[in-house]
Amino acid sequence: MIAEVGHYALVLALALALIQSVVPLYGARRRDASLMAVAEPAALAQFGFVALSFAMLVACYVTSDFSVRNVFENSHSAMPLIYKFTSTWGNHEGSMLLWVLILSLFGALVAAFGNNIPRSLKSTVLSVQAWIAATFYLFILMTSNPFLRFGDAPLEGRDLNPVLQDLGLAIHPPLLYLGYVGFSISFSFAIAALIEGRIDAAWARWVRPWMLVAWMCLTLGIAMGSYWAYYELGWGGWWFWDPVENASLMPWLVGTALLHSAVVMEKRDALKIWTILLSILTFSLSLIGTFLVRSGVLTSVHAFASDPLRGIFILAILVLFIGGGLTLFAVRAPMLRQGGLFAPISREGALVFNNLFLTTACATVFVGTLYPLALEALTSAKISVGPPFFNATFGPLFASLLVAVPFGPLLAWKRGDLAAVAQRLSGAFVIALIGFAATFVLEGRPLLAPLGIGLALFVIAGAITDIVERIGLLRTPLSTVARRARGLPRSAWGTAFAHLGLGLTLLGIVGETQWGAERIVSLKPGEKIAIRNYDLTFDRTGNRTGPNYTEQAATFTVRRHGDIIGIMEPSKRSFASRGTATTESALMARGASQLYLSLGDMNPDGSVAIRLYFKPLVLLIWLGCVVMFIGGAFSLSDRRLRVGAPKPARIRTAMAPAE
Amino acid sequence: MMGDRARISPPQAGEGKSGYARRVALAWRCALLALALLAAHPAVAVQPDEILKDPALESRARALSRELRCMVCQNQSIDDSDAPLARDLRILVRERLTAGDSDPQVVDFLVARYGEFVLLKPRFEWHTAILWLTPAAALLAGAIAMVVALRRRRFAGITPLTADEERRLAEMIDRPV
Repeated sequence: MIAEVGHYALVLALALALIQSVVPLYGARRRDASLMAVAEPAALAQFGFVALSFAMLVACYVTSDFSVRNVFENSHSAMPLIYKFTSTWGNHEGSMLLWVLILSLFGALVAAFGNNIPRSLKSTVLSVQAWIAATFYLFILMTSNPFLRFGDAPLEGRDLNPVLQDLGLAIHPPLLYLGYVGFSISFSFAIAALIEGRIDAAWARWVRPWMLVAWMCLTLGIAMGSYWAYYELGWGGWWFWDPVENASLMPWLVGTALLHSAVVMEKRDALKIWTILLSILTFSLSLIGTFLVRSGVLTSVHAFASDPLRGIFILAILVLFIGGGLTLFAVRAPMLRQGGLFAPISREGALVFNNLFLTTACATVFVGTLYPLALEALTSAKISVGPPFFNATFGPLFASLLVAVPFGPLLAWKRGDLAAVAQRLSGAFVIALIGFAATFVLEGRPLLAPLGIGLALFVIAGAITDIVERIGLLRTPLSTVARRARGLPRSAWGTAFAHLGLGLTLLGIVGETQWGAERIVSLKPGEKIAIRNYDLTFDRTGNRTGPNYTEQAATFTVRRHGDIIGIMEPSKRSFASRGTATTESALMARGASQLYLSLGDMNPDGSVAIRLYFKPLVLLIWLGCVVMFIGGAFSLSDRRLRVGAPKPARIRTAMAPAE
Repeated sequence: MMGDRARISPPQAGEGKSGYARRVALAWRCALLALALLAAHPAVAVQPDEILKDPALESRARALSRELRCMVCQNQSIDDSDAPLARDLRILVRERLTAGDSDPQVVDFLVARYGEFVLLKPRFEWHTAILWLTPAAALLAGAIAMVVALRRRRFAGITPLTADEERRLAEMIDRPV
């Protein structure tokens, strides 16, 4: 009964989405307020039904109802409750249901809180949102229905892939989808603006909070996925340039560009057409990412939940929205008026520079990811494009962008003075140079490490300089500084934090890649291994039994200069239900650095193969992303973005004509 | 330690076979790999017994391994991979280095045996030109488009907003006129 309720609720959501995709749009064209007013209740009810549907699937999972095929294939009665819950989306069908849940959630949020958006624009936005929703409901109902039942129910499920039995599954996919799908709002706003044929600075302000939320979640989602891979896969890599990772990086790159160009549009009424195009491209890349992961076109680490037959359907959705969106753009964009002139050296110019490099970096990742597929399809030649390619191309592009990051916020709008900005950044230059020189003296060649450290310190010091300059620290009395700090717009703090986070992440990347240490050895109980200033003694191995696995754990005592500082217990888990095993690495944080220990083969003579790493500053990679997220949150709380701040101009002028 | 070196698999998917046969062999290997992964204890990438005594040679071997693809895996270098084939290749690389090959010679040897598919960073050739030139071309095209757009807009007579429009817009975004 529960599964049937979920199935039926999804069908009802589809029906509502179909109504919502036509009626408010037609109403907006006819200027019919009652037709336009259909949008909000439809969007809210749609979310209600999808949430009900999702809750029913969760209920099937939590109660281990193996008569439901999806539950049988991906769950097991012995799994801990948290994994029964998360395995709801640890498979293709369930994750698509999560996808539409978040899509309808964003639609409902716009319906509930978008009170300051003009009536016809809001109705059109919600209609476009419903087009996307309707196609994905259809996709689920026709090709990926999670509610199908067996005639006679099996007694036990097949269990969830052990790699996914981890807290990472509770956090990474929902965050990533909040990011991916969140960009559907800016897509819908862009399409609506093209349909309405008008766009101005206010448009950017209405859409900006949604972009920010999506960007923040995507940033954290990617970071979380990276950390998950780092501790779960057992060899301490945190970014593999895997197509699936690239699929999430591409919307992030263009989404970051969008966030910056929308600032120009809001403040200076310029770059309007470009911002519209970026809005379309960002969500297009999210769709492409969904296609790449869900269609099975690339079989990769994440391919556990793919089926090539579904690929055709998603491809059709892709062609419909990307093709349709870009065609509409080509037809209508020339009608939009451009505004706001600016000199090349200006805040606008810096943001254009940012956009140029971010989109080029995205194009590089895009071509690198899809080139092998295209080449094989066209010429049957097989090549590989892996990390060395991306490091050689993406690396320099992003480094060039980072050099420019501290300049942007210090340049004035319209016409800036590069020399003056360079002078204000002299402190940051000095810090960067000291960092470079110190690293060079201490570590010597290769030159990459000192350059990376110098660049990271420049970005960090530049972000701090921005704030110091704005609040007049060191130049004015402290009371004035405090007042200015309070008065500084939250978005300025947001910029500084986001850029600071970028610098921290770079610092972590340089530390981990340039100064990491590694030991790969076989040890017998009682033997010692040293890495940097740490000594590890292999004490013993022992067997343990978990809820649905057995594990062999090895115990190591960690000493630093002879003093015991802790115990590390890496293990290998065997899952009987699937006959598979996972390596559970042990991590010990030392400041921002980490000791990383994972087990290899256990030999008959009692010795164990181990991989031991010292990873300097590695935690900064993800901490930097958290700081970027905090930056986004500051910016989101800025007064001008708060709900209800500006009312639509038409109403205001009608009420207060004398103003 | 050296005993392991003796059992290097002959190049299976290689010389003399048609493309079809090669693909079948590859598919079969994938199946074998899947079986290997399902077995209880997956080995983890580089094994202690593979490591060369000479640290300089070993670090060259590691650097090379990161540039070479494990052909039966999804986007893994032989340095990261647990697959038996990756282990064979790691040992092969170390053998060639011990025999005195230079790094390019080792790479050439592997490409001759396994094709360009083994390189994670494809060589610059006609069929990879688009791949390698995209970053520079995109940057250049973007920069040119930017300059053109900027110049055209400066010369185009832009009709400014009327005073009324300006005021309404300013109200909408709380900006002083």
